[in-house]
Amino acid sequence: MEFRMNAPLALTGLAAALILSPLLRSIINRTKARFAGRQGQVMLQPYFELHKLFQKGSVYSHTSTWIFRAGPVVEITTVLAALCMIPLGGNPALIHFNGDLLLFVYLLGMGRFCTILAAMDTGSSFEGMGASREAFFSALAEPSLLIGLGGIAALTHSLSLSEMYGRLNIGILESPMAPALVFILFAFLIIFLTENARIPVDDPSTHLELTMIHEVMILDHSGFDLGLIEYAGSLKLWVLGLLLTGLILPLHTHSAELNLVLAIGALFLLAVCVGVIESTMARFKLIRIPQLLVIAFVLAALWIIWIARYSA
Amino acid sequence: MHAVLVSYFILSLLAGLLALFPWPAARIRGYFGGMGGALAALVGLIPVIAVLGGGSPIDMQMSWGLPLGSLHVRLDLLSAWFALPVLFVSALGGIYGMGYMQHYGERSGVGVNWFFYQLLASGMFLVLISFDGVLFLIAWEIMSFAAWFLVMFDHEQGTVQKAGWIYLAATHLGTAFLFALFILFADKTGSLDFSTFAVATGSANILFLLAVVGFGAKAGFFGLHVWLPEAHPAAPSHVSGVMSGVMIKTGIYGLIRVLTLCPVWEDWWGWLLIVIGICSGLGGIIFALVQHDIKRLLAYSSVENIGIICLGLGMGILGMKYQSPIAFLGMAGAMLHVLNHAIFKTTLFMGAGAIVNATGTRQIDLMGGLQKKMPGTALVFLIAAAAICGLPPFNGFVSELLIYLASYHGIIDHASSGAYPAFGGFAVIISLALIGGLAALCFTKVYGVIFLGTARDNRDVHAHEAPRTMLFPMLILALLCLAIGLNGYLLLHIVGPVVTGIHPQGSSMTGANMTALTQAWQTIGSISLVCCGVIALAALIVLIKFLAVRNRTICQEPTWGCAYSRPTAKLQYTGTSFVEPLASAFASLVRTRSKGDVDSSYFPQPESMSTNTPDLFMNGVYLPLFSGCSALFAHLRRIQNGRIHVYILYIILALCGIIVWSFA
Amino acid sequence: MITHIIVALLVLINLQMLGSSRLGGLIRAVALEALLMGFLTLVIHTGQFTWYEWVVIGSTITVKSVLLPLLLKRALHETVVRRDVEPLVGYSLSLFFGLLFVGISALAVVKMPMPPIHTSPLVIMAGMLTVCTGLFLIITRTKAITQTIGYLVLENGIYALGIALAAESPFIVELGILLDVFVGVFVMGIMIENINREFDNIDTTQLTSLKD
Repeated sequence: MEFRMNAPLALTGLAAALILSPLLRSIINRTKARFAGRQGQVMLQPYFELHKLFQKGSVYSHTSTWIFRAGPVVEITTVLAALCMIPLGGNPALIHFNGDLLLFVYLLGMGRFCTILAAMDTGSSFEGMGASREAFFSALAEPSLLIGLGGIAALTHSLSLSEMYGRLNIGILESPMAPALVFILFAFLIIFLTENARIPVDDPSTHLELTMIHEVMILDHSGFDLGLIEYAGSLKLWVLGLLLTGLILPLHTHSAELNLVLAIGALFLLAVCVGVIESTMARFKLIRIPQLLVIAFVLAALWIIWIARYSA
Repeated sequence: MHAVLVSYFILSLLAGLLALFPWPAARIRGYFGGMGGALAALVGLIPVIAVLGGGSPIDMQMSWGLPLGSLHVRLDLLSAWFALPVLFVSALGGIYGMGYMQHYGERSGVGVNWFFYQLLASGMFLVLISFDGVLFLIAWEIMSFAAWFLVMFDHEQGTVQKAGWIYLAATHLGTAFLFALFILFADKTGSLDFSTFAVATGSANILFLLAVVGFGAKAGFFGLHVWLPEAHPAAPSHVSGVMSGVMIKTGIYGLIRVLTLCPVWEDWWGWLLIVIGICSGLGGIIFALVQHDIKRLLAYSSVENIGIICLGLGMGILGMKYQSPIAFLGMAGAMLHVLNHAIFKTTLFMGAGAIVNATGTRQIDLMGGLQKKMPGTALVFLIAAAAICGLPPFNGFVSELLIYLASYHGIIDHASSGAYPAFGGFAVIISLALIGGLAALCFTKVYGVIFLGTARDNRDVHAHEAPRTMLFPMLILALLCLAIGLNGYLLLHIVGPVVTGIHPQGSSMTGANMTALTQAWQTIGSISLVCCGVIALAALIVLIKFLAVRNRTICQEPTWGCAYSRPTAKLQYTGTSFVEPLASAFASLVRTRSKGDVDSSYFPQPESMSTNTPDLFMNGVYLPLFSGCSALFAHLRRIQNGRIHVYILYIILALCGIIVWSFA
Repeated sequence: MITHIIVALLVLINLQMLGSSRLGGLIRAVALEALLMGFLTLVIHTGQFTWYEWVVIGSTITVKSVLLPLLLKRALHETVVRRDVEPLVGYSLSLFFGLLFVGISALAVVKMPMPPIHTSPLVIMAGMLTVCTGLFLIITRTKAITQTIGYLVLENGIYALGIALAAESPFIVELGILLDVFVGVFVMGIMIENINREFDNIDTTQLTSLKD
């Protein structure tokens, strides 16, 4: 059991995540607004919304049971736990051990499980619709995530997220398997867009029930619960974004603090990119999304060719 | 210890026989059958725990009156590990059955049912400790027949009869292969005792294939699984739980026992098991998703978990050649999953039994909103469903983690050399991830449609919570799910020696095994700590939320229905609609048939639509095969036409033939 | 020379039985055949007969050509309405088979290795022909009475083979055969009556309804 408390840096990273993650949402929204020719919302808008939600009371449905009330709690807990395991800027995370990538992925899966059940708890067909699609698409996205991480593990010869991302530096790019990283990067981008319900998989700003996936699952939540869910969504953007940016910028300077700042900057850049994607693309037809996920899987699994080249 | 072992059998059979007497009340039969059986199982657990705790294997040998074989029983580590779920689950199943059989009241078959239940439990235990070919086959047959009698409990119904026959045919086709297997093993020395089995050169592959088919028919490998979805729903629920949880594991035990008897393991055995694992896992869960009947769905899910166990076994065999920790991790994951699956699958079947008792139907799409009426069952079912999806902090995650670790190590350690474990690991990771995701889809469907929402049919007006005798074993098993999930490293210590003993050269790999064990121990220990932390964090957040919303207004309204004026419960998503994206994506595999059309006129009349998914192998392979055979043999029936003249002609022709032949 | 005449007569009787369509004619033919067999015994046996040999021959002739045909005639009168044979294989084809049997018997006598016999090999040929005729009658005639008649013919053939091939005291063999025939026909008579009572006729093709 190794809990190397690299106390200041890891805790700083954690604090940065907790404080700055709603900013990602506002960056995305402002980018989209600029593309649409508008000024866009104030940068601190998500904070105001969270504040408003945490002040409110709640309306619960007659049909729902304790599962409905437990769903948001489990979601935020699992995302917070996953946050403790993802490294920021090449620095080891708060919790790291051999094999923690599996716990990372499956904790997020547990959160999703409970969110889906909470959606089914309302007894409405809208939530059922969203739950069904969310469950199916994440079932297709999980293999890509795991096998992509397997590719990085093969490259860096380790099974801990902190070690994997810590060892990704310029030197790795000279390894013959490095081009596989580019494919894994694109696969992770697609998974990022899927898991966070962004275009082209889902439109977070529409409220047409027939086209929603994530938004419709949380349709019935209100007040404190909704606040928890919104905050968990921002944290999930941060967490999954770190998986992605760790691959893009394997630049490690000698100063650990500079790495931290660079990584946060990379995240903001990623948010701008997502805003651009959302403004330039339309949402795919629902039938096309499994095909998109299969493409993600193929990209994530391409690294096996490099291994096959070595075998006799 | 020998005496304790024998006394288990005596107690178990005594409990069964006592249940046969015509007592004044049916409840007394239940006491003898259920509690007596549980007592016997506790007695049986004593030698098992002694062996697992580090004692030496218990060996007993006697000769009997039969011309072949001997009464050689041996309780070594492998048998003890498998005996643990067998005894435990059959004990809890008996207690559950006490409550469940009250539903049948004073029916005449109840006592017989208890007798065969005890026979099944002791038969399974005897299979696990038999160390002689003839004794093994006798115990195997006892087990299969006892299960058949239990399946045919409701024999007045046509579907149950059909299911019973399919089960009987399938189990005997598998047993035929076992006969061939043991005869081949005993070829060299002529004795059917396991300790004298020797593998003739060149016959190892045939032996393995025979074992895969023979034991795979019992375990439920995809392709040989067609009896599972028929037999498990037809049986009473406590029997289904025992059959699905432990009886199919005896097939896995048999396969591993054959592996221990072969000195050299070929590479392609591992690949074959991985392929079987992928087919069973994916096929099982995809077919489970499209079922309407809850017990059929759970039966297919058992096929899926057997697939996961095969994936672990396959990785274990692949790793053995390369002397790497993969072998240990893969095997350990498979063994642990045997135990875990026994626990959560039995819980699910018990929950299903409670639901069926409460609502009177097995169709998922007619249920709904049972969470409010059966809160205890719902909680237990939720825990078991989360466990079967492999979610932390429950036990399914621990065993799947070990198999994942084996695969990832396969990739990492062999990536640079491009050896086979890398590809094996690659395939296993992808299939495990996909299986896990689809399992989550399946069990959110099951839980969501049955327990959440509102009732889709007014059947569950009379639904009530299950009685205490039924809830108690379910609670124990659910708590075990959580306990094993949080204390995985303890179990790893127990599993370690078991796994080391499987390969005949396992002890020579002690170095690699120890590093693997230490690594896995550390990983699982960390996970346990993190999970405890997560649970604590969740409790903290609940507290924060409670404090924050203490003085806010909380009101209750009907669910928002997008301004529909008359929302009904029938508008909810059913199980079929929940999995519709998947069913259309895998349409060529699943081949769902739907009946009924949607009326598109201006004033629609009452319409109905139903979907049905027949089993792929049943309809595509076995039914055509058997009807082809029977058509062929119908032609041969002309020989027996009942006319004496023709029969006398046959005699004379035979005589002439003999005369001619003797002169030729 | 008398042997040759009797053998020729036997061949003719067998062929007549194969081609006959009347039940009464069949029974008379069987009786005549048994009588001829008896004469054959007297002719081919060399040396003096002891008294028990006379008894055996006498009882054989009595039973087989008098008693049993009488029994059969009585059964015929009581049970059968149509005194027709009703064959499965037509009369012309039966005759053809009969000629075939003659050829096979002759061939067998020539080709098969025989123990040393003191009679003419034609007797063996006659015996085998009678056996074949008897079997053919059993197989291809539908009425139960014709099956009994076929059985009698079969026993006649075996009797002929016995007296030709048995080296010493052939009469023990003949006694055994006689007992066999006696009991067999009794049993068949009882069965014919039961079949008639059950099915109102003695057509054995109806017995297929008993098949599972």
